[in-house]
Amino acid sequence: MALYSEKVMEHFLNPQNVGVIEDADGVGEVGNAKCGDIMKMYLKIDNEVISDVKFETFGCASAIASSSMATEMIKGKPVAEAMLLTNKAVAEALDGLPPHKMHCSVLAEEAIQSALEDYENRKSKE
Amino acid sequence: MQIYADNAATTRMSAAAIESMIQTMQNTYGNPSSLYTIGQVAKEELEAARAEIAAIINAEPREIIFTSGGSEADNQALLSAAMLGKKKGKMHIISSMFEHHAILHTLNKLEKNGFEVTLLPVHENGIVRVDELADAIREDTCLVTIMTANNEIGTIQPIEEIGRLCREKGVIFHTDAVQAVGHLPIDVKAQNIDMLSASAHKFHGPKGVGFLYAKKGIVLSNLIEGGAQERGKRAGTENLPGIVSMTTALKEAVEKMETANAHKTKIRDYLIQGLAQIPHSALNGEAENRLSGNINFSFEGIEGESLLILLDQRGISASSGSACTSGALDPSHVLLAIGRIHDVAHGSLRLSIGDEITMEEADYIIEAVKEVVAYLRSFSPVWRDLMSGKKEFILK
Repeated sequence: MALYSEKVMEHFLNPQNVGVIEDADGVGEVGNAKCGDIMKMYLKIDNEVISDVKFETFGCASAIASSSMATEMIKGKPVAEAMLLTNKAVAEALDGLPPHKMHCSVLAEEAIQSALEDYENRKSKE
Repeated sequence: MQIYADNAATTRMSAAAIESMIQTMQNTYGNPSSLYTIGQVAKEELEAARAEIAAIINAEPREIIFTSGGSEADNQALLSAAMLGKKKGKMHIISSMFEHHAILHTLNKLEKNGFEVTLLPVHENGIVRVDELADAIREDTCLVTIMTANNEIGTIQPIEEIGRLCREKGVIFHTDAVQAVGHLPIDVKAQNIDMLSASAHKFHGPKGVGFLYAKKGIVLSNLIEGGAQERGKRAGTENLPGIVSMTTALKEAVEKMETANAHKTKIRDYLIQGLAQIPHSALNGEAENRLSGNINFSFEGIEGESLLILLDQRGISASSGSACTSGALDPSHVLLAIGRIHDVAHGSLRLSIGDEITMEEADYIIEAVKEVVAYLRSFSPVWRDLMSGKKEFILK
């Protein structure tokens, strides 16, 4: 058996939405280099819809694949819907992660939550 | 291109080792403990293997116990020396911070049973200092166990001096020589070694077989009870095909040791030079006293598991000290012991080359690692922070 599912390998080898949004409306960064995983998410939001999303990740294959999959799952979705994205849904969409790699999907969920929070904070300051 | 560069993990069996294993399985299936001819032929082969292995390391045949591998040999060596110490009221053991887990976990077990353990530092260069060992030895020290060469960073320890010191102080000296046997000359008498562990699959022999050398007079404690095999010190019908095959592999490894080391050293140094061109990278462990097959680098701003999988995609098998590759939370204890902080230890790569490696393959590896490191850095938030000056580089 391979270490990762085909889906994980697909997203690791060809990650979607890699990069930076310079004029992002919300940015979130979670994890730390000590543990070996950091995820940073950039959101562009128009009329409460996520029109664009980019990520940068320092981490293992499953962290990169989780970032890629999570961004795909919220792209074009209303903010309210993206708020509901769970790590379980990300892991399922990747056809599962090894048990000790589940925290990678948790980081993806947290990175998105953190970026959305940043967006809400900026909005309330306007 | 397919390049196997993880020979410190395991090696491909040599054709001669495979052949001798098959021959033994076909022709010498008898139980060496049986009295009839077929059994006695097996017994003769077993003892011939023991004599050959003993001769290679300058020991006596009766000083060699066959085991299931390096871990078993380490366990038995440590537990035996500890039991001998305990009888004399000596319950202090000295080892180093970067030993294999077969040593460290056994020491943990002994600590739970009342032993006190001192782990010597290995410094930035990855070498134990003999003067620090001298300071650490006490009246109640019963055992010093220091590996001959480190499995992750390949640094070679001053075994002969350590052994001499232990002799002077009357302390048993064990060395985990799993990475060294078949790769470095071993002479237990000249190097003052009391106990030594070895594993066949690290020198192109089969998995599941190894040996423990214990100097005459050191009474071993059994891990496995149940029979008179191995002078009663290790029960269980002997793995004759494995033992014979190991012997073939070791003879072969020793015969070509000099030429293999010359070749591997040349390629190793070429790889070290090539990889050092990658900005913000560093060789782990000193370059001088180092196994000819070992290259271990840290690259700042990336994580090792991603690096390994992308190298695998390019046909290169290697390993890393990243936490993600082991399922543990912390990166390699070896890299932490030489002072690499977590952030940098996660981004490590170990290449352990075999003697079949070519210059073309070395060039291919260098190019592949350069590409993959640059690619992973291109979307690493850590690298972005380092480049923008938000964080300071650790590896200059």
